[in-house]
Amino acid sequence: MLIRGKVIKFGDNVDTDVIIPARYLTSSDPMELARHCMEDLDPTFAKRVTKETVLVAGRNFGCGSSREHAPLSIKASGVQAVIAESFARIFYRNAINIGLPILESAEAARRIKEGDEVEITLETGIIRNCTTGETFQAQAFPPFLQEIIAQGGLMNLVKKRVSS
Amino acid sequence: MDVKMTITEKIIAAHAEKERVVPGELVRVKVDLALANDITAPLSIKELEKHGIDQIADPGKVVLVADHNTPCKDIPSAQNVKLMRDFARKYGIPHFFEGGNVGIEHVLLPELGLVLPGDLVVGADSHTCTYGALGAFSTGMGSTDIAAAWALGETWLKVPESLRFVFEGEPQPFVTGKDFILFTIGQIGVDGARYCAMEFTGSAISRLSMDERFTMANMAIEAGAKNGIMEADEKTLHYVRSTGARREPKLYRSDADAWYRNTFTIDVSKIEPQVALPHLPENTRSVQSLPRIEIQQAVIGSCTNGRIEDLRMAASILRGRKVHPGVRLLIFPGSPRVLLEAEKEGLLRVFLEAGAVLAPPSCGPCLGGHLGVLAEGERCISTTNRNFVGRMGHVKSEVYLANPYIAASSAVLGYIAGPDKL
Ligand code: SF4
Repeated sequence: MLIRGKVIKFGDNVDTDVIIPARYLTSSDPMELARHCMEDLDPTFAKRVTKETVLVAGRNFGCGSSREHAPLSIKASGVQAVIAESFARIFYRNAINIGLPILESAEAARRIKEGDEVEITLETGIIRNCTTGETFQAQAFPPFLQEIIAQGGLMNLVKKRVSS
Repeated sequence: MDVKMTITEKIIAAHAEKERVVPGELVRVKVDLALANDITAPLSIKELEKHGIDQIADPGKVVLVADHNTPCKDIPSAQNVKLMRDFARKYGIPHFFEGGNVGIEHVLLPELGLVLPGDLVVGADSHTCTYGALGAFSTGMGSTDIAAAWALGETWLKVPESLRFVFEGEPQPFVTGKDFILFTIGQIGVDGARYCAMEFTGSAISRLSMDERFTMANMAIEAGAKNGIMEADEKTLHYVRSTGARREPKLYRSDADAWYRNTFTIDVSKIEPQVALPHLPENTRSVQSLPRIEIQQAVIGSCTNGRIEDLRMAASILRGRKVHPGVRLLIFPGSPRVLLEAEKEGLLRVFLEAGAVLAPPSCGPCLGGHLGVLAEGERCISTTNRNFVGRMGHVKSEVYLANPYIAASSAVLGYIAGPDKL
């Protein structure tokens, strides 16, 4: 799958409380959550994000709470993929389980700038910065996670196992 | 073959029905308990329903705690708890907690004997790592993972590398388990243990009470860890027996020459009472080194410091004193049992006479949900575990993390300082 998008960039330790503040967690409707995505970090985010946005961030993206509302709100806001130097582990699992494409590459995260156009080939993990022509290789997913991704999320796998 | 393993590896291996596991390995494991709360359970339930899955492997291993937005703060919260209640009824889930039975999940589960040493527990709450204090492997996940664990009775894990933290020495007055863990996070940073197991050991850990051990394991996630863990000892077993637990604990110990990615030795006698400044738990300083920082709110409670000993610490400072007129002191006992014990010991009277607000067992202000939200520009000293931007209310409010002694003395003084300034 090929993903293309324009980059919105954030720094290190973007926590789940700023991705989606707890005051909105009485809802689990992705579109409702998306309206408030990142608002405590960047009040203009909801206006800037489009169906062709790729987030790029620094270390430990998604640290803090286990709230799955965080990747859900990012995905529903239109973000096509998140590239980070590293992800907090619960966020990483959650993103895979709900089908938000995430890529870990320290080099890409450092070198790609706000506003750059990037192209990602998900199967190979190759990230191309169309603005500068640079390419980066993201870390590969272990086969088990690839299976979850290929099935379109964890619950489809679970359903198969339950009915077999 | 003589295989050396850490306590974390041994518990995972046992639940994967394997002789041994090695860090980095992906394994399927049986879970002893899978927990969710009124924020995360609704998503789990909806995921199951959306996919037409109506199998719960073992309803006795499901725990549902309505602790975050309760007593329900608004209609959507009430709907969420209703969804949990109906789900619990439908599947005959015995461990559903609301109303007068509710406590903060990570205070509640251990004291009810639902988690035991040697267990493998997953929860749709990042502070599920708290149960490591019992010598259990426990870790936080998201709602979908927990829904899967409910349906299948198992989950997948990557075996974490272990980091060993050896605490030695005698702590100074007013230095607690909270200070040990804040100090440690200050040293290694909020991603210093990312994906790792934090194993806490040493003579200073042996001397800690169970309540302080829970406080430490609770904050392992604040260093990015998958789990925090301590070996069970006599104190643990005594605690477990007092809960009336119906299963037998299983005791695991790390082998003497097990592999660790790193070992840190910490002399606790050098640790002064710590305060984590906004907006990361790693921004720790000694309370002595702080300038005068005035506060408008103080919070004592949460899954970090809402146990009986925490309330005793707070009461020891507040007895015969008054909360500063410019400060609201909110006290949240962690569970009905803690509340009852505090009543028996006369602590509630101490709090009320000091001018504190006594709140029901709930997460309340810890996550800025309700019962004590901060306005723009307000500062709060809190015994909770996170001080992220907007965590307790307005995006321009500030949270400072500390132990119950410091929170109580700051509430009296009106600015952040230890009991020596009283
Ligand atoms: S007290 Fe705070 S940290 Fe603990 S479970 Fe509740 S919201 Fe989470």
